[in-house]
Amino acid sequence: MCLAVPAQLIKRDSDTAVADLHGNRVEISLALVPEAQLGDWVLVHAGFAIQKLQGDDLSETWAVLEDLRSAEEGAS
Amino acid sequence: MTGQAIDSRESLSRLNDAARRLQREVRYMEVCGTHTVNAFRSGLHSLMPPNVTLLSGPGCPVCVTSQGDIDQLIELSLQSGVIMCTYGDMIRVTGQRGSLEEARALGADVRIVYSALDAVRLAAAEPRRQVIFAGVGFETTAPATAVAILEADRLALMNFTVFVSHKLIIPAMQALLKSEVNIDGFVCPGHVSVVIGSDAFRPIVEQYWLSCVITGFEGPQIAAALARLCELTLSGQAALENLYPQAVTSTGNQHAWKLIEQVFTPANVHWRGLSELPGSGLEIRGRYARFNARVRYELAAADNREPPGCRCGEVITGRCTPADCKLFGTVCTPIQPIGPCMVSSEGTCQAWFKYRPRNRAQSPTPIRSAV
Amino acid sequence: MTRQLDFQQTFLRNRRTHISMAHGGGGQLTDDLVQSVFLPRFGNEALNDLLDSAVVPLNGASRMAMTIDGYVVQPLKFPGGDIGRLAVSGTVNDLAVTGARPQAIALGLILAEGLDQDVLEDVMDSIAATTAEAGVQVVTGDTKVVGRNQADGMYITTAGIGTFVRKSRLHPDRIEPGDVIIVNGPIADHGLAVMLAREMPQVKSALRSDVAPLNNMIQRLLAAVPDISFMRDPTRGGIAGLCADLAARTGWHIRLDETRIPIRPETHHAAEMLGLDPLDVANEGKVVIVARASDADNVLNALRNEPLAADAQIIGQVEQPADGLCELVTKMGGRRVIHKPYGEQLPRIC
Repeated sequence: MCLAVPAQLIKRDSDTAVADLHGNRVEISLALVPEAQLGDWVLVHAGFAIQKLQGDDLSETWAVLEDLRSAEEGAS
Repeated sequence: MTGQAIDSRESLSRLNDAARRLQREVRYMEVCGTHTVNAFRSGLHSLMPPNVTLLSGPGCPVCVTSQGDIDQLIELSLQSGVIMCTYGDMIRVTGQRGSLEEARALGADVRIVYSALDAVRLAAAEPRRQVIFAGVGFETTAPATAVAILEADRLALMNFTVFVSHKLIIPAMQALLKSEVNIDGFVCPGHVSVVIGSDAFRPIVEQYWLSCVITGFEGPQIAAALARLCELTLSGQAALENLYPQAVTSTGNQHAWKLIEQVFTPANVHWRGLSELPGSGLEIRGRYARFNARVRYELAAADNREPPGCRCGEVITGRCTPADCKLFGTVCTPIQPIGPCMVSSEGTCQAWFKYRPRNRAQSPTPIRSAV
Repeated sequence: MTRQLDFQQTFLRNRRTHISMAHGGGGQLTDDLVQSVFLPRFGNEALNDLLDSAVVPLNGASRMAMTIDGYVVQPLKFPGGDIGRLAVSGTVNDLAVTGARPQAIALGLILAEGLDQDVLEDVMDSIAATTAEAGVQVVTGDTKVVGRNQADGMYITTAGIGTFVRKSRLHPDRIEPGDVIIVNGPIADHGLAVMLAREMPQVKSALRSDVAPLNNMIQRLLAAVPDISFMRDPTRGGIAGLCADLAARTGWHIRLDETRIPIRPETHHAAEMLGLDPLDVANEGKVVIVARASDADNVLNALRNEPLAADAQIIGQVEQPADGLCELVTKMGGRRVIHKPYGEQLPRIC
C-alpha cells in the first residue's frame, strides 16, 4: 500500500509547504516532518510529507547493494 | 532514470544467479499493495527465476478492510446531511450492500479527497453538513488521520467525525506466521517502514528466523530485494536489511508515531481473511471520542460475513493463488468484483486479472499453485 | 447452505442495477451498455462497425462520415483548453481518423439556469476559434436551459459530418502482422490535466491538455502516405483501451514497447502521484496510426514536420500469434498484458 512520491520543498510556511514534483506543485502539510527545510526533498503521501529523503532516489539502493556485496566478499 | 535498464539487469542477474545456486523452490511474500501492483506493472513476474515465487500478503488496506466496515460506511453515507469523504481507493469496494460508488448513484454525497485535511477543511466550510472521513490504511496513512482529528479539535468542529479502519502491519505478519503459511522471507513495505522504522521488523527476524528486506517500489528495487532474500536463504541466514535507506531509518518517523499514540490506541480489529487479530488496528482514544463516527452514530458491531465461495482470505495469506478460486475471472471480475482483492487496483486478484495473460496455453509467466 | 445461497443471490442482485459513473468511463462498462442495451435495439451495418464515425452510404458510390459526442467535462475550463475546444476537436478528430474531411458541425447546448453569460461567451469564442483552426463551420444548433440543479453549468453535444476524397478505407480489418503502431506525441496529458483541475485544484501543474483538432495534420499525412491501415484517437480508455480493443478485434497480437512510448516528465510524475497508469489515461490531441512497416519512415517523416506531431514515435507492432492480446514490454524487459480499463479513472493514495 501507500503510494508516496519524492518532491522538493520550494515554499514553506509554518506547518504547510509547496512541494514540487517535476513540474507538479502541490500544497502539503508538514505536520509529520516539522524539521523539513526549504530545498529539502521529502516523501509525500496523501497530502503529507512523511519523511525527509537522504540522497537521491534509486542510486542509493544500488549503493547499499554494493556495500552488502563487498562486505560479503570481504568475509568470505 | 536513464540508469534503470542497467540497474535492473544487474539486480535480475543477481537474482537469477542466487536462485540458480539455491536449487530449490523458495517463496517470499510482500505485504504492500504497491509492491503487488509494481511487480506486475514492471513485468517482474515474467522475469522471475522459475524456482522463486513472490506472494502478495495482506498489504492492501482496501483488501483487508472488513466487509462489515464497508457496509457501515455505505449506511452512514446514505444518512441525510452526511458528506462522506474517502480516498479514491475505497469507492468501488463492495460490502453486502454494494459500494460507495453505488451509494453515490442512489444520492449519497460521496467525495474523493486526496488528504485527510481536505475533509477537515470541507467540514469547516459546510457547518450545516456532517462530514465523515473514512480513515483507512496502514501506519503510513494513520498519522495523517491523527493530524486531521487534532486539527478538527483545534477548530472545535462539531460536524467532523472519522470512521477509523486503520490497520497495523506487524501484528498481521505475526498472525500469518502463526497460521499455516509457509514462506522463506518477507519483502517489507518501504513506506510503512518510513513511519515504523526498520527495527520494527526485528521481532519477525528473531522469533521466526525469517529474513526481512525493506525496499522501495520500482521494479528493479523489488528485484534487488528478492535477490538479497535469495542470497540470505542460500547462506542460511535470517537478517534484517534495509535497501531503502534514503527514506527508512532504524527508528522511523517518531514524530508521526507520537501523533498516532496521542490520538489512537491499539485495538483488536477484524481483517478480511484473517479474522480478528489482537492489537492489529487502531481506535480513537476516549479523549477524542466526539470525532469517532462509531460513537457519534452509535454503530453496532459489524456483521463480517464474507461472500460464499470467495477465497480472498486465503489469497491474502498466500494459501492459494487467485487462479485457484472458482469465482476468479468467472463471476468475480473487476467489473463485478465479489471479493475485495478484485476491487482495489492493488488487490492481488485484480493485478492477476489485469497483468497476466489469460486463455492462453503458453503463458510467459507460468502460473504455479502456491500451496 | 440455502442461507448461503440466498445471501449470495441477494449480494449479486443488489449490484449494478443502476447506472454508475463508471458506465460513462469509456471502458469495459461502457462496452457492456453498448452490447447489451444499444446494439440489440439499433443494430445495423453502419452502427455495428463501432468506428469513431459511422460511414453512411449515400446514393450512388459516395459515402459520408457521421459522428456525435457529448461533452460534460468539469471544470469547464482546464489548463490547455476548455469544453468548447474539446467539443469541436473531439468531433473533428472522430471524423478525421476515419479518413473523412470534416465539413460541418451541429452544436447542441444544455445550459443550467444561473450560468454566467460571460462563461457562455468565452466557451463560444473558444468554439469559434477551434472551428476556424480546423477549417469547419457550425451550421446548425440548439439551445435548451434546465433548472439550476438539473445540470452542472453547461453540457455540449456536437455532431459532425465529413466527406471522403479518397477511395481507400481505413478499417481494423486491414491490419496485418508486421504493421507498426505510431503515436503522434506524448500521451496522457489531457486526462491528467483535467483530473488535477477537478480533483486536486490545490495542485499547480505544468501539465496542459493536448486537446486540438487533428484533421489538417491527418489530411496531409494521408496525402503523403495514402495506404495507412487504420487510425483511431486514444481518448477515454487511453492507449491501453485502444490497443487492447484492436488486438481483440483483429485477433492479432499487439506488442507495445514501454521505452518508446513518449510521455512528458510532469505527466509521468502526476500519474505516479495519483496512482494512475498513463496508458489508461485519455488523450484529446493524439492519434494512433497503424501502418505497413515499409511505410513507417514515410509516416514519421510526414508527421515530424507537423507542429502537433514533432515527437511522433513508433510504439509497437502487430505480430503473430493470433491470440488477440496486447502485451507491453516493460522498461525492465518484462512483459505484461494490457487490458482495457474498466471505467472512470480514480486517484488513489494507497
